[in-house]
Amino acid sequence: MRTWLNRLGMGAGFALILGWCLLPVFWIVSMSFKSQEAVTNGSPGFFPSEGGGAGWQNYIDVLQNEQFARAIINSIGISLIATVLSVTFATFTAYAVARLEFKGKKFVLTTALVIAMFPVVSLVGPLFDMWRTLGIYDTWLGLIIPYMSFTLPLAIWTLSAFFREIPWEMEQAAQVDGATAWQAFRRVIVPLAAPGVFTAAILTFFFAWNDFVFGISLTSTESARPIPAALSFFVGADPFNRPASLLAAGAVVATVPIVVLVLVFQRKIVAGLTAGAVKG
Amino acid sequence: MSTTIAPDANRTRTATASDRTRAENSLARKLVAPAIVLMLLVTAFPMLRALYLSLFDYSLTAPDDREFVGFANYMTALTDSLFWRDTANTVMIMVVTVIFELVIGFAFAMVMHKVIFARGVIRTSILIPYGIITVVSGFAWQFAFSNSNGFVNGWLPFLSDDFNWFGEYPSSMIAIMVSEIWKTTPFMSLLLLAGLAQVSDDMLEAAKVDGATWWQRLWKVILPNMRAAIMVAVLFRALDAYRIFDNIFVMTAGANGTESISFLTYRQVIEQFQLGIGSALSVLLFLSVLLVAYLIVKLFRVDLASARQEG
Repeated sequence: MRTWLNRLGMGAGFALILGWCLLPVFWIVSMSFKSQEAVTNGSPGFFPSEGGGAGWQNYIDVLQNEQFARAIINSIGISLIATVLSVTFATFTAYAVARLEFKGKKFVLTTALVIAMFPVVSLVGPLFDMWRTLGIYDTWLGLIIPYMSFTLPLAIWTLSAFFREIPWEMEQAAQVDGATAWQAFRRVIVPLAAPGVFTAAILTFFFAWNDFVFGISLTSTESARPIPAALSFFVGADPFNRPASLLAAGAVVATVPIVVLVLVFQRKIVAGLTAGAVKG
Repeated sequence: MSTTIAPDANRTRTATASDRTRAENSLARKLVAPAIVLMLLVTAFPMLRALYLSLFDYSLTAPDDREFVGFANYMTALTDSLFWRDTANTVMIMVVTVIFELVIGFAFAMVMHKVIFARGVIRTSILIPYGIITVVSGFAWQFAFSNSNGFVNGWLPFLSDDFNWFGEYPSSMIAIMVSEIWKTTPFMSLLLLAGLAQVSDDMLEAAKVDGATWWQRLWKVILPNMRAAIMVAVLFRALDAYRIFDNIFVMTAGANGTESISFLTYRQVIEQFQLGIGSALSVLLFLSVLLVAYLIVKLFRVDLASARQEG
């Protein structure tokens, strides 16, 4: 009786979690299949009404929209470059934090902590001013720099937590067995460190992809505007009646890369997220 | 911020060790330098610049009329009811969302901890809200609450179908907080799950043998033992909630008095080009985040060493 009740409770909890996490996702997908006329006239309800469906038309419209296509390219390019650079610098730092005894370690960790909590909006004014003076306002570089700074704390934490777990003695052991220093590093340390670096890269990419504050404040044209900003400025033909279903299709397209990453790497992401928050 | 770390007491210095220490120090400094420089370049330097600009009456629409005004901008901000209204909104959002996230997130963590089947499915679905762009979450919920195209009014039996959620203050705030809570609860539950994993099963078993009820075990064994994880999660989420901007921008654009302090700052700087007063607001925002962080650390005695990841 007790185990039966327990199992029922677990099943209910399971269903509740799935519903909580996925319902809004299904909803925006369903919304993206409502036709634009139906949305303008009002089409309440979870699913597209009878005759109010649009098929793939919203997706075709979105992908053919030049501004939107441009925003996708910007987002992918800027996020990828920021991720690669940020993870590289974070790897150096995390190695020092995890393996070396040095003065100022506490300063490094405190700086990272403070920056992770920094109210980004308070930087928008001065950066807006500085970037215009330097001529990098509304360019990829103008976004890559702040993205790097703000993803570094997360990457440093995740990586130092991973690096602390690596059995570094194995490097010496390999050298004793006759491997050169490079071989020992390449064959022993790199494979052990790679999962951590990779996890940090995914989390960093999420952060850069998600950013909105810098995206809307440090760009003014489509030459650097990333997806979240482009979505929020997307007005359509009638500024008083936003094309909700078209926006929903755009939102789904912007979400696809994240969902793919999550599906493929869920185990690694969870390990990285929790490593960064609870003492390992 | 105060630190709670004891100095390295057991480091004995001999002549050879000090050579090694020096070498390690210099290597470490080289490795750490690029990251530190980058982090400070985009935060400390602009913040100092904001501090400087906040002392001027300075508008980008008339940059030549820049005039030193001392603390007048701060006086203007602090005596304006708008500033206090937005601060109150922000604090309310922070408190309400963090409480909900903590309770729901803990329930989720308990389920994930116990469930033995389909762990991959749960993990995947819990990560999806975490990965979704906040702007997209804002749109999804805005459409869901919309009275012309949404489903919420139809699903809630006590509401009429044409109830306008975005027509008044309380319901607009609820919509904003729902979107915020939906997106961040999974993250909270993952942090709590990691803390839950650190509660020893032996202790729970012992409590059970001694006749503790489920409720007693929860409050006397589980929660005290995952205190550190809970406190770090609360600190991070609270400060993140205090910066709320994306959801408000997308869902209400500050209509019906739903503006947050971040939104007010953004509006002054980017939309109205008032760099002087905008910078003063930036500094005030920064100081208020520091104050909130200080209060949380002091009130709940958060162990900063574990937040800082010192091993």
